[in-house]
Amino acid sequence: MNAPFKPIEGPSRRDVVVASALVGGSLLVGCSPADIMSAGSKVEVGAFGPFIKIAPDGVVTVISKHVEFGQGNHAGLAAIVAEELDADWTKVQVEQAPANAKLYANGALGAQLTGGSSAISNSWEQLRKAGAGARAMFVQAAANKWNVPVGEITVKDSVGTHTSGKTATFGDLLADAAKVPAPTDVKLKDPKTFTLIGTDRVRRKDAQVKSDGTARYTQDVRLPDMLTAVVAHAPRFGAKVKSFDAAEAKKVAGVVDVFEIPTGIAVVAQTTFAARMGREALKLEWDEEKAEKRGSAAIAQLFNDVAAGKNTDTKWEPFDQRGDATALNSAKGANVFETTYEFPYLAHATMEPMNCVASVDGNKVKMVFGSQGQTLDQLAAAKIVGCLPGSVEIETIFAGGSFGRRANFQSDYVAECVHIAKKVGKGRPVKLVWTREDDMQAGYFRPLTVHAVKVQLDKDGYPAAWRHRIVSQSIMKGSPMPAGKGPDQTAIEGTAGSPYLKATPVVDAQVALPDVGVPVLWWRSVGATHTAFVMEHTIDQLAAKAGKDPVEYRRALYTKAGADRHLAALNLAVEKAGPKAADGWTRGVAVHESFGSVVAQVAEVKVENGAPRVGRVVTAIDCGVAVSPDQIAAQMEGGTCYGLSGFMFGEVTLTDGKVDQTNFDRYRVLRINEAPTVETNIVPSGNPPSGVGEPGTPVIGPAVANALLVLNKTPTKRLPFVRSEN
Amino acid sequence: MAVTLDINGKPTSVQASPDTPLLWVLRDELGMTGTKFGCGMAQCGACTVHLDGQAIRSCVTPIEAVGAAKITTIEGLGGQHPVQQAWVRHDVPQCGYCQSGQIMSACALLAQKAKPSDEDIDNAMAGNICRCGAYQRIRAAIKDAADTGPPLGEPHADIDEAIVAGSGATHRGAGR
Repeated sequence: MNAPFKPIEGPSRRDVVVASALVGGSLLVGCSPADIMSAGSKVEVGAFGPFIKIAPDGVVTVISKHVEFGQGNHAGLAAIVAEELDADWTKVQVEQAPANAKLYANGALGAQLTGGSSAISNSWEQLRKAGAGARAMFVQAAANKWNVPVGEITVKDSVGTHTSGKTATFGDLLADAAKVPAPTDVKLKDPKTFTLIGTDRVRRKDAQVKSDGTARYTQDVRLPDMLTAVVAHAPRFGAKVKSFDAAEAKKVAGVVDVFEIPTGIAVVAQTTFAARMGREALKLEWDEEKAEKRGSAAIAQLFNDVAAGKNTDTKWEPFDQRGDATALNSAKGANVFETTYEFPYLAHATMEPMNCVASVDGNKVKMVFGSQGQTLDQLAAAKIVGCLPGSVEIETIFAGGSFGRRANFQSDYVAECVHIAKKVGKGRPVKLVWTREDDMQAGYFRPLTVHAVKVQLDKDGYPAAWRHRIVSQSIMKGSPMPAGKGPDQTAIEGTAGSPYLKATPVVDAQVALPDVGVPVLWWRSVGATHTAFVMEHTIDQLAAKAGKDPVEYRRALYTKAGADRHLAALNLAVEKAGPKAADGWTRGVAVHESFGSVVAQVAEVKVENGAPRVGRVVTAIDCGVAVSPDQIAAQMEGGTCYGLSGFMFGEVTLTDGKVDQTNFDRYRVLRINEAPTVETNIVPSGNPPSGVGEPGTPVIGPAVANALLVLNKTPTKRLPFVRSEN
Repeated sequence: MAVTLDINGKPTSVQASPDTPLLWVLRDELGMTGTKFGCGMAQCGACTVHLDGQAIRSCVTPIEAVGAAKITTIEGLGGQHPVQQAWVRHDVPQCGYCQSGQIMSACALLAQKAKPSDEDIDNAMAGNICRCGAYQRIRAAIKDAADTGPPLGEPHADIDEAIVAGSGATHRGAGR
C-alpha cells in the first residue's frame, strides 16, 4: 500500500498522523508527535536497544516494528541486524514489536505503520546501527575480559575471536556485554564486506510455521472466555440503522447479545457459526437517506464526462504544466494521438478476511490482531474508549495478506471491534469475524479511475506536447490531513514524475477528484495500478504511430529524460529475455518506477479461448542493495500475480449503490492454472534499499496490453481484460 | 448433540448440531486452527482437509455428512511431511494463510499421482486460491516433493492410513 509522499508535493504522512492525534482529542501541548502518540505506553527496552534481544543460549531475537503479511520483511529486517552484529544466522529469530510510536515509528511515515513498501528502506540505517552497536558491546566485553585492545578481536557467527586464538560466544559474553554502555557512534560495515546481505542464505524465518498450520493469525486467536462477533452492515455505503428486531436472533443457541454499534448491528455469540446464524435471524431496516445510491456505471459515466470536459462542476488541479499546451486542444492530424482509459473498482480480497480481537475494561484496551498501522489503530481505539493512545496495547501477529487493506485512517474494522468489546466490557475478549461477503462488500476499494490522454508527436515521432487528465476518487480525502498542499499524490503518482513527461517539452497534466460515497483505499502499488498502465500502454501506441520499435522508443525517451535506472532495468530485462519469444507467444514490454524502485518486464502472451494467457515473464528490478534476493524474487512473482489478477479479472461493480460481488464466485481472481512463470533479475546497485513489495504489481498489466496490441492490433482502453457478466 | 469423528487417527467426540460445517467444528470446537476459513462456499480451498484421503472443502461439509470417514487435517501431517519440507525448502509461503489448504490438496494429489504433470497440478490445485501469488513456488515444491518421493510408478500410500497406524506425533508421511 501507500504512496511515497513527497514532502514538497503533498502532505507528509507525519502531518496526517499528527492530525489524527489532534482529532483523537489526546493532544498534549508541547510534546512531539511521537510523544503524543506513545503517551501512556509501557514498553521495556533491553540492554541492546529496542530492536535486539539476546538470550543466554546466544539466540538473537530481532524485534520487528513491521507486520509480516507475506512481504518477507521479517527475513530482511533480521538479516540487516545479523549482518552488522555478525550473528549466526541460523540462531536468529524474529519477534513482533509491541505498539509504541516513539520506539517503533516507520521513519518514512512518522507512525508505526507498515506501508509504502518501506519496511526495509526505512529500517536500513536504524537496524544496521542497532546491530553494529550490539556488536561493539560484545567486542568491548571480550576486550575487558581478555584485557586486550578491541582492535584485536573479530566476530563471526556469534563468536568473538582474539588474535591469540581465544574465543567466546555471545552467550558467554552476554552478562558483561549487557553492562557495557551502548555506543553513541558506531562504524558500519563497508557493504562490499557483507557476508549475509545479498546472499541466498537470507530466507524466510516463518516458512515452517506457515507450512505446518501453527502460524497464528487473528482468525486463530483463542482466549479464555472469548466471544465471537459478526456485524450486520448496511447494504449501501452511508446508510444507517433505522430499526432492528433481535428477538429471533437471540433465540439462536449460542448467541449472547445483539446490539447496535455505529456501523450496524453486532451479534455476539459463543462461536462463529452461532454468530452467523444469529445474524441471519435479524430483522433490520436501514435509513438510506444519505446513502450512495449510484451504480458503478453511473460513476464511470460521470468520470468520463469530467475527463471529456462535459461536466464543469468538478475542480481541476494541475500537477505538471510546462510550456503552452493550448494549441494541443484543437490539434488534429496524423501526428496526434488521443485516447481514454477506464479502470474499475478493485477489492483487495486478502485470503484472511478482516478481523480483530479486542478486550475493553474501563479505559484499558488490549488487542491481538495483524495490525498494519498500530499507531492509527491505537488512536482509533483511544477515541472510542477515551484513553491515551499509547496505553492501547496491541499484540501484532501474522496477517493473512493486506495489499493495503489493513491500514486506513478510519481503522474501520478495528474500531468496529473496539465498539463491540466496549459494550461487552469487563475485559472480556471479543473476536470480530468478517465473512468473505462482509469483507468484499465493505468498500475501501481501489478507486474507479479514468484517464484521458492527448499527445502530439514531433517530426521525429517523439512526444512534443502531452495533455493528461486523470479523474479518480481521492484516497486521502476524509483523512484528517491538512488541506491545500496540492493534489492527492495517490491519484497521480506514476504519471506525475514519469520520464515520458520529463522528455516532453510541453505538458499539461491535471487531476479531478469528484466526491463519491464509495470508500476507497490504496491497493498494492496505489496510483501505479492505473498510471503505469496508462503511461506504458500509451508509449507503445505512440511508438506504433511513429513506426518505431517500442523498446528503442523507450530507450530514446529515457535518454532524453536522464532516466538511467529505467534504461538499465529495461536493458537487463530485454537482455535476459533473449532475442525472441518462444513459438506461439508474443512479447510485450513495460517499465515503471514506484516506491523508489524501477521494474521492467518482458511478458510472453498468447490468446486462448478469447482471453490472454501469460507465460514467461522476464523481470528486472533496481531496488538498491538487494538484502534478500530470494524474497525479492518472491515479491516479483507474487506482485506480478496480484497485479495480473486485477488486470485480468478484477472488477467490483455496484448496482444502485449495492456491491454486486460477494465472494470469489463473482470476484474472479488468478488461479494456479492462469499464473505466469516469473524470472527475476536484480540490477546491481550500491544505493540504499528501496521498495520491493509493491513495484512488481503494476507492470504486468501494460506489458500484457502491449503484447495484445501486437496480436490484435487493438489497444486496451478498459480494464479488466476479461470482463465477467454482472 | 454429541458426534464422534475420526480426526487424524483419533476418535474425537464433539458437541455440535449436525448441520455445522466441519471447518467450524475443527476450529471453534476443537481448537484445530491450522485449517483456515477463507470464503465459506468452497471457492478458495483454504479449508481443505482429507476425507478418506480425498481433498474436500470443510467449510461446506456438514459433520452429519462425514460419518465414519477418516478426517486428516494439516495438524495430522506432523510438520515434517515431505510436502511440508518441500514447502519450506522453496520458501513457498508468503502471508501463509492459504498454505494449509494448498498442502492438503498437494498431498492428496501426490497420493494419487506420484509424478504429476503440470496439467495434473493445474487440475488438482486450481481450487486453492493464493492471493499472494505463490503459485510458481507451489508448483515447484510439488514437483520437488514428487522427486524426493518413491520411484516412478509406485503410488504414494494414503497418508491417512499411515496416521492411523503410526503414533501420530512425528509422522513423516507414508511411503516416503
